[in-house]
Amino acid sequence: MSQRAAIPDPSAPLTPSGNLRRRQLASRIAVFGATAAAVLAVAVLGIVIYSVVARGASALSLDFLIKGAPDGIGPMLVGTGVIVGIAALIATPIGVAIALFLTEYAGRRLTSLIQLTLDLMNGLPSIIIGLFVFILLVEGSGQSGFFASVALAIIMVPLIARGTQEVLLLVPQNLREAADALGVARWRAVLTIVLPSAMGGILTATVLSVARAAGETAPLIFASNTFDPANYSLNPFEALPNVPIRIFQLSEEPSPTAISEAWGLSLTLVSLILFASLGARALHARSKRRMAS
Amino acid sequence: MSTAASSGGALPRPRAARAAARRKRFDRLGDRALFGVCLLAAAIAALVIVAVIYQVVDGASPAISEFGLGFVTETTWQPNFDEFGAGSLIFGTLVSSFFALLIGGPLAIAIGLFLSLLAPRGVSSVISPLVEMLAAIPSVILGFWGLIVLAPFVRDHVEPTLHDTLGFIPIFGPPEATGLSVFTASLILTIMMIPIIASISRDLFLAVPRDVQDGASALGATRWEVVRGVVLPSTTSGIVAASLLGLGRALGEAIAVTQVIGAGSEIQASLFETGDTLAARIANQFPGALTELHIASLFYLGAILLVIGLITNLVAQWIGRRFGYQGAAVR
Repeated sequence: MSQRAAIPDPSAPLTPSGNLRRRQLASRIAVFGATAAAVLAVAVLGIVIYSVVARGASALSLDFLIKGAPDGIGPMLVGTGVIVGIAALIATPIGVAIALFLTEYAGRRLTSLIQLTLDLMNGLPSIIIGLFVFILLVEGSGQSGFFASVALAIIMVPLIARGTQEVLLLVPQNLREAADALGVARWRAVLTIVLPSAMGGILTATVLSVARAAGETAPLIFASNTFDPANYSLNPFEALPNVPIRIFQLSEEPSPTAISEAWGLSLTLVSLILFASLGARALHARSKRRMAS
Repeated sequence: MSTAASSGGALPRPRAARAAARRKRFDRLGDRALFGVCLLAAAIAALVIVAVIYQVVDGASPAISEFGLGFVTETTWQPNFDEFGAGSLIFGTLVSSFFALLIGGPLAIAIGLFLSLLAPRGVSSVISPLVEMLAAIPSVILGFWGLIVLAPFVRDHVEPTLHDTLGFIPIFGPPEATGLSVFTASLILTIMMIPIIASISRDLFLAVPRDVQDGASALGATRWEVVRGVVLPSTTSGIVAASLLGLGRALGEAIAVTQVIGAGSEIQASLFETGDTLAARIANQFPGALTELHIASLFYLGAILLVIGLITNLVAQWIGRRFGYQGAAVR
């Protein structure tokens, strides 16, 4: 090989060729594929939201939100509010207490055991929770909104516990140490220092779990399925009208008015849930920033 | 606090001493009480798991004693003749969920890659919450959307195309008239599992040390080669765990599936035929179940689902913990 051939041609274009070109092409295809996947997911979300908004908006009016069936959905909204509200009242203290136990008291092994329990609880299919509540409560004393709340609370507890635990771990350890050094009893330190500084996170976790529970349908099939959609009811000891079951029942009716009411219900429920979870996320980001600084 | 502090220097007066002692006793009580409350809450969580297993099996016991283990393989389901078997439902559950994982798993992992490594920070901070929002849509609404919007589209466009081009494979048989099929149900399940797997795998990829990736880049690896050579191998166990968690979600989904799967009762090779899953059958028939044996059989289905679900979750957690990925909360 002559020496001149080893010197690259200075006028050659600065683009890769041969093997490198193939590798870069493969890389570009892969990047494109990943981008396309993300675009697809966002597109699916967009299509679902668009269908719900486009078809639900025509049903929506003040009357629709206030009146009972078949003209409106008022009783269902109130019923879902009552069921989810009671569920939050049951689940929040339990979830927060579990998180406190994990961060303030339990040792390493007990922590991982309880975390496993929470993960399993979180993984329980909601229909199984419905079966459980049915045989435990409903079979003996009939359907009621309260039993529906118990079922939803089982779904919410692991979510609240996890979320709370996350923020409790962010509470600086030296706050606890300072309290110890001043001779403050453990429980006073926990209740007056640790918990208040984690309040934002607890609120976030609760709202997120409420958003999740408000749309749960499967457990309500067992606990609050036979109701009168025309009249308001606030009594949690009878079956309460609720949004998810109503959508489920309407979706099986072939009439166009039923379908239109179901779209209206879907739009209302989706917007409530999305606003709640967006709000909670914004709050979460803010309180996390404050904690970090 | 103030009495105890002010008496610090001089000899403690008896009254202050008594107050301090009382306070100490009170604090000890408070400590015990708070500990007790927290312990109780943790115990409740553990108790609920045990009670769920016990109660569901207990509810199934009439059917268990009637049919025994043969229930699992028996495929007839005729409530009018008191004949029940879970075979076709187990088949439908596994087929629909695995098919969903087949589509959704790679997509979700690609999304995770995009959000963690490929997209500019601004883009991923917008798209990340959007993908997670997909998980916030209630299953009943997704199912209703599937019934009204997706099923006709699948019937008119997707299924005929697949049948015409890939019809020689038995799973792509001739389309049904309604669009309600195992295939449609799988698509809905795909939509449900994508946000779960995507957000966990995004967190996994973000945790891969930056300098290892930079090292590979410095050696001349392209972006894809960094992903294939460094990022994916170091997160394989986590990806498997995430996929199993997504699978567990799909296996247990009742409402959305029951709305779009068409409640078929036979085992059929074609994905375009109607079918049914364990959870969907319970949701569909429980409100109308009258005889004790029918209800017990539905509980038996629940017990089978519980076993499958618990095993899936336990394996996911085991893999996650064993191979050092801290099981992230699925939201």
